[in-house]
Amino acid sequence: MTTAAVLAALATACGLGSWCFTTARWTSRAPKTAILLWQALGVSWGLASTGAMLAFAVQPYGEGVLHGLVSFATGRSPREPWDALHVVAMVAGLTALAVLVAVLLTAGVQTLRARHRHRTLLALISHDDPVLPGVRVLDHPSAAAYCVPGLRSQVVVSQGALSLLSKDEMAAVLAHEAAHVRERHDLVLLPFAALRRALPWSKVVRDAQAQVELLIEMAADDRARRYCSPRRLATALLRFGTAGAMPTPHGMLGVGTHNLMARVDRLLKPAPELPVSLRYGAVALSVTLVTSTPFLWIYQL
Amino acid sequence: MKGLGELERSIMDILWAQSAALTAREVGRLIADRDLAPTTVMTVLDRLTRKGFLHRTRDGRAWRYAPAASRDAYVAELMLEALDMTGDRSAALTRFAQGVSGPEAEILRRALTELEDE
Repeated sequence: MTTAAVLAALATACGLGSWCFTTARWTSRAPKTAILLWQALGVSWGLASTGAMLAFAVQPYGEGVLHGLVSFATGRSPREPWDALHVVAMVAGLTALAVLVAVLLTAGVQTLRARHRHRTLLALISHDDPVLPGVRVLDHPSAAAYCVPGLRSQVVVSQGALSLLSKDEMAAVLAHEAAHVRERHDLVLLPFAALRRALPWSKVVRDAQAQVELLIEMAADDRARRYCSPRRLATALLRFGTAGAMPTPHGMLGVGTHNLMARVDRLLKPAPELPVSLRYGAVALSVTLVTSTPFLWIYQL
Repeated sequence: MKGLGELERSIMDILWAQSAALTAREVGRLIADRDLAPTTVMTVLDRLTRKGFLHRTRDGRAWRYAPAASRDAYVAELMLEALDMTGDRSAALTRFAQGVSGPEAEILRRALTELEDE
């Protein structure tokens, strides 16, 4: 009973924590730490909420979530007889777990497929540019610069971006994209995008995804500024923003501008770094969250 | 000898440049690499058809190949994904920045002018 209650409390805490965290202001001062905390919150929320139901369900076995589930799967009869409540918890817990796993897997497969298609098309229609070795160029007048992540990541820019940006600005953009590649930001995004598809009505999940999207951009900006002029990166951002001749289809107007300006501001006037104690505190919290839920799955309190 | 990817590319380019569907023999004649074995051309045409980039129709004893979509259509497809305009915010690509429009863009334009004046 205690395990189930603790897991339920942990799941609630993660939910509430995420809700508060969506409006936290320090995140732009330490994007990487914030990303880590988001990941920890996500993982432990998933494990705690499903674990709480399952811990309650396998209570008749009296041997913890994981061992109880193994006993259930192998068909051993529990010490105490089943009652309706435990059966309901078992069905709900297993369903939730299955849905979470299935959603993650589907999102992974879909992403890989979309990338494969994108890569195949790129091989057929993009071309090299002698000025930018290793970068694929697309013949299109709109400005775009992006990266197709994977084992062999490809950085792509459009002809529109080439004519929009100066040489230094393009170098800054490429440094930014190289940072995405190096830090595998696509893997950070994947579970959040998947979760959003699984729970499209949840405001917290939507906000969390938007936050993480912005945070990885800031993290990439931070890495890029080591190799290029932050000012050029900022002007490149603004030029991209104003070149958006295409209308935004999903009514996200406003957020885009706000995020862009936030990135520009912190490039030009970096805020003081987050105090070390706070940063370590956030890291310690993340580690605790990520380790405590598996612990509660294995051991019975 | 060019790589297979390079060959697929040149063959698509040839077919995109033509208005009519071509047979493997005609493609082979138009290709720059004269030493290419006709079977290689056939193989690549077959691969591209299986991937869905070419349509083929029977013409007597030979097949005639034509692109399934125009080059511009494929460029547009990639750009829609690149600009995140497909409607689903997947994690397939990581993008540098998104454009904004209307009065929003005016705010950015002003900030840009200020930066350039300094």
